[in-house]
Amino acid sequence: MRNNTTGFWYVVKSLLSGLRLTWSHFRKANKRRTPEYVSDANYFKQDDGLVTLKYPYEAIPVPDNGRYRLHNEIDDCIVCDLCAKICPVNCITIDSVKATEDIGTTSDGTKKRLYAPTFDIDMAKCCYCGLCTTVCPTDCLTMTPVYDFSEVDIKNMVYHFTDLSPEQAEEKKQLFAKQQEEMAAAKAAALAARKKG
Amino acid sequence: MLAFLLTLGALLGVVIVLAYAERKVAAFMQDRMGPTEAGPQGSLQAVADVLKLLQKEDIIPAAADKKLFKLAPILIFAAVFAGFAVIPFAPALVPAGIGIGVFYLLAVVSLDVVGLLMAGWGSNNKYAMLGAMRSVAQIVSYEIPAGLAILSAVMICQSLDFQEISYQQGALMNQFPGMEYDMNWLFGIRELGINTTTIGGITTWNIFRAPILLVSFIIYFIASLAESNRAPFDIPEAESELVAGFHVEYSGFRFAVLFLAEYSMMVLVCLVAVILFLGSWNTPLPNIGPVSLAYWTSGTVGELSSILWGIFWLLSKTFVLLFLQLQLRWTYPRLRVDQLMHLCWKVLTPVALVVVLLAGIWRMLMI
Ligand code: SF4
Ligand code: SF4
Repeated sequence: MRNNTTGFWYVVKSLLSGLRLTWSHFRKANKRRTPEYVSDANYFKQDDGLVTLKYPYEAIPVPDNGRYRLHNEIDDCIVCDLCAKICPVNCITIDSVKATEDIGTTSDGTKKRLYAPTFDIDMAKCCYCGLCTTVCPTDCLTMTPVYDFSEVDIKNMVYHFTDLSPEQAEEKKQLFAKQQEEMAAAKAAALAARKKG
Repeated sequence: MLAFLLTLGALLGVVIVLAYAERKVAAFMQDRMGPTEAGPQGSLQAVADVLKLLQKEDIIPAAADKKLFKLAPILIFAAVFAGFAVIPFAPALVPAGIGIGVFYLLAVVSLDVVGLLMAGWGSNNKYAMLGAMRSVAQIVSYEIPAGLAILSAVMICQSLDFQEISYQQGALMNQFPGMEYDMNWLFGIRELGINTTTIGGITTWNIFRAPILLVSFIIYFIASLAESNRAPFDIPEAESELVAGFHVEYSGFRFAVLFLAEYSMMVLVCLVAVILFLGSWNTPLPNIGPVSLAYWTSGTVGELSSILWGIFWLLSKTFVLLFLQLQLRWTYPRLRVDQLMHLCWKVLTPVALVVVLLAGIWRMLMI
């Protein structure tokens, strides 16, 4: 019996069908995939054309609640240190200074009592577990859709969120120390007065 | 000297375009984009690559045979470039119009093999050595069917002069000194009584003048792929097995020269295929009655118009073949060594021999 996968004409036919395939792809090269989100109706329907995405110029949108770069809205932060405590890799560093006067409330009405001279998140250490965002009582620590933030110098991976300059921080510290002293002095005076009386 | 510089310049230009086209065509066939950054649509990428290569250090391996290693790229390129000397670019434009051009071309291009062996052997590298041996075996083998295919065209044309062969394949035939009274017949058969001498165009191309040459053309084209080490016959430089084959140790300027030689070889074999089989610099448009398309698109011999038309037609046909070469490369997988030799010795060579015989008989019908 004659095997129909050999023979001259079969080979010619298969060679031609190979050429047809590459040619059809070449012809459709004027079409390109559009960067659409996976929920877009078109997402699975773009069979033809170039699939390459010119990344820095175009990007497929990321999910709204994905885990990417952290952002802290420092105005809403009450410096409760919960995020630093829960972080499994200890990449959040917080210093706090008690405020001497009223420094307002956060947008959800919580009273702010502490300044944060340091609020650093080391993104190079972060494992994007998202625990810090769940524990944050004021929801000020959030994940943003930014995922491309590589740096040449690893020090730049540490993000500083504090809104105080070092001088301001120093001033707040001294104010607090002074208040403590005054309070201590007042206490001592009261004690002395009680002893006397 | 002027011809030398002009040809070199033109060749560099064509090779740059080809290197860019190769990457773009490959990308498009694989649904990629290819170079996009350097220049509009990445069109300066090939230029940038060449500039990069020229700035690189010229490394010569300590254990290499320094003389052979240094000389090889120059010899390879010189051999290929020497082939361009006899290529007619237009009716009155040929760098060196010697009467035995075809023979000269076959001979001088064979020198390429010596250069390849020098490069492979001189590198003192196992991959280079294997690549060079494969390359030499392949080129020497495929020169036989290629030579026979060329021979059949030469028999039909009765000439070894590329320019004479070119004139025969167009409406300008009678303007070549010595062929004032020659005539072309449809399919080369005089008995049919259809005189195509003044019709010209595609009807007088060698593959129409003697349809048997269509087979020769296919044989030559396949063999020429092997001779220029192109896929699917790229076992000498099979990246996945031999890194890069004979030029694995080369860097910088010498690598650029080898690269140039490889692409020049592609251009050269396509030019030869066009000249011998596809009507050379002749227009494909025939004269139809009063509508003398062939004359309109050929210009007047000896004037600038004919040179421009000639170069235009020659280059466009060459680029069609080059595109085919690229497409083949990105379509077919590489052959094994035994398949390669099987194709050469058991398929192409016997068929080419039969075609030579038939071409001789066809020639009898033409006179
Ligand atoms: S996402 Fe996880 S690892 Fe990153 S800072 Fe928050 S708790 Fe730490
Ligand atoms: S948990 Fe939220 S409110 Fe508390 S310190 Fe961290 S970011 Fe600020």
